Amino acid sequence: MNELTITRTNPQIDPSLHIWGWEIPVYLFLGGLVAGIMIISGYFIFKGRHKHSYFSCFYLPHISLVLLSAGMFALFLDLEHKLYVWRLFTTFKISSPMSWGSWILILVYPTLLATTLTRIPPSFQNLIKIFDKISAFINQHPTAVKNVGVLSMIVGAILGMYTGVLLSALGARPLWSSSVLWVLFLTSGLSAAAAFVHMITDDMYERELLAKADNGFLIFELIVLAQFIIGLLSSTQMHQNAVHLILTGPFAAVFWVFVVGLGIVIPLVIQLLAVNHKVQHTPVAPILVITGGLILRFVILYAGQYSHWTSASL
Amino acid sequence: MARFGMVIDTAKCVGCMDCVVACKTENNVPEGYNRDWIEQDVNGRYPTLTMEIRSERCNQCSNPPCVSCCPTGASHVHEISGVVLVTKDECIGCKACVASCPYDARFIHPDGYADKCTFCIHRVEKGFDPACVSVCPTHCMYFGDLDDPHSQVSRLLSSRKHHSLMPEAGTRPNIFYLT
Repeated sequence: MNELTITRTNPQIDPSLHIWGWEIPVYLFLGGLVAGIMIISGYFIFKGRHKHSYFSCFYLPHISLVLLSAGMFALFLDLEHKLYVWRLFTTFKISSPMSWGSWILILVYPTLLATTLTRIPPSFQNLIKIFDKISAFINQHPTAVKNVGVLSMIVGAILGMYTGVLLSALGARPLWSSSVLWVLFLTSGLSAAAAFVHMITDDMYERELLAKADNGFLIFELIVLAQFIIGLLSSTQMHQNAVHLILTGPFAAVFWVFVVGLGIVIPLVIQLLAVNHKVQHTPVAPILVITGGLILRFVILYAGQYSHWTSASL
Repeated sequence: MARFGMVIDTAKCVGCMDCVVACKTENNVPEGYNRDWIEQDVNGRYPTLTMEIRSERCNQCSNPPCVSCCPTGASHVHEISGVVLVTKDECIGCKACVASCPYDARFIHPDGYADKCTFCIHRVEKGFDPACVSVCPTHCMYFGDLDDPHSQVSRLLSSRKHHSLMPEAGTRPNIFYLT
């Protein structure tokens, strides 16, 4: 038997760590969603589909700008020393994933702007001359369009990876000590983005394509989730205790019902039936996938904070 | 660069919390917060129980994860003493350092920056011991340069059985407990 009595009572630290509230999971989710959208819209631009105004890649970059800004605002709300936020952009710390992240976000905005300029919406045309000129230049050069598409896919992938690396670099929290966490978050971001496009697009071909792609992402997400769990279960006692927080512990109900059941398995079944023309495409499956992706970040973040080198037990 | 560290004799510590009060007074630690604390660790099964009382604080690690994860460089290692410090005007309050510490030694000060034990660097620079060491009524705490083989802390470590906290975390802590 081992009994620890500690006189420390620091707020947000004791009895268990809870320094990050809703802001960080929302930021990680929106970051992952934008990453997925950038990869998907980059692929469509690469394939030359930006010319069709009804295609989602025509307006996805604009939506991404809003979503990413909302995520950044959530991150800003979480900071305790808000007036010093500019310090992030006067330093680059190679060992700090958060420092990498702040500079990656600086790359994301111009990339989104470039994808926006591949086709300026009619209501924004002739408003800013330099944008019209750049847009005209890009469209006169098919290689430039393809390069913008490739850039969007690369920067999107880096952004998606970063959302997972941010947590897995914090080795003091056993639940996050997994080398596949970034794969899980990137896949979940891709899946949520595919579901998002599936939900909002008016084009039947695109809806069918994204539903099929999302099925692939969801199956891959299940495999990565299994790897994540098995990896922690076959590690030290502390890592096993940590993963039991989501398997059988206080976070298990939310994890199994909302992340695995309603967030992956049920929408996968619905979409498999839809792509095989057994049922109609409806927004139900995409909404479940997007909600599941958000709850996945909440569960991983909250359970990860609860997990600890010495007290990760239930 | 020196490597300042602490050696605490658990056979002498009675858990009186004088070190905690001294730290709060010396460093104006806000009410409800602690830079150091007492941990009572009971092991075994009745009637063969063992108990260790430890005065704990930031371990001033030689491989500090709080410093490597800090995005602004606010958390840094003091060039002369090797003590891990926070420049509050550079801290954005992102709390990555708090999450990265396996000892949960950091907290967010009500003014918004990450705070922790500094080994009373302002006293050490003047040649004094940290406040907690100087007030200990049982003289169970020792402070000095661990890289100096002639220092009291080095001699104690070479002559007595000791352990550090969670060495498996790979942080190379610089506080040692004599058993």
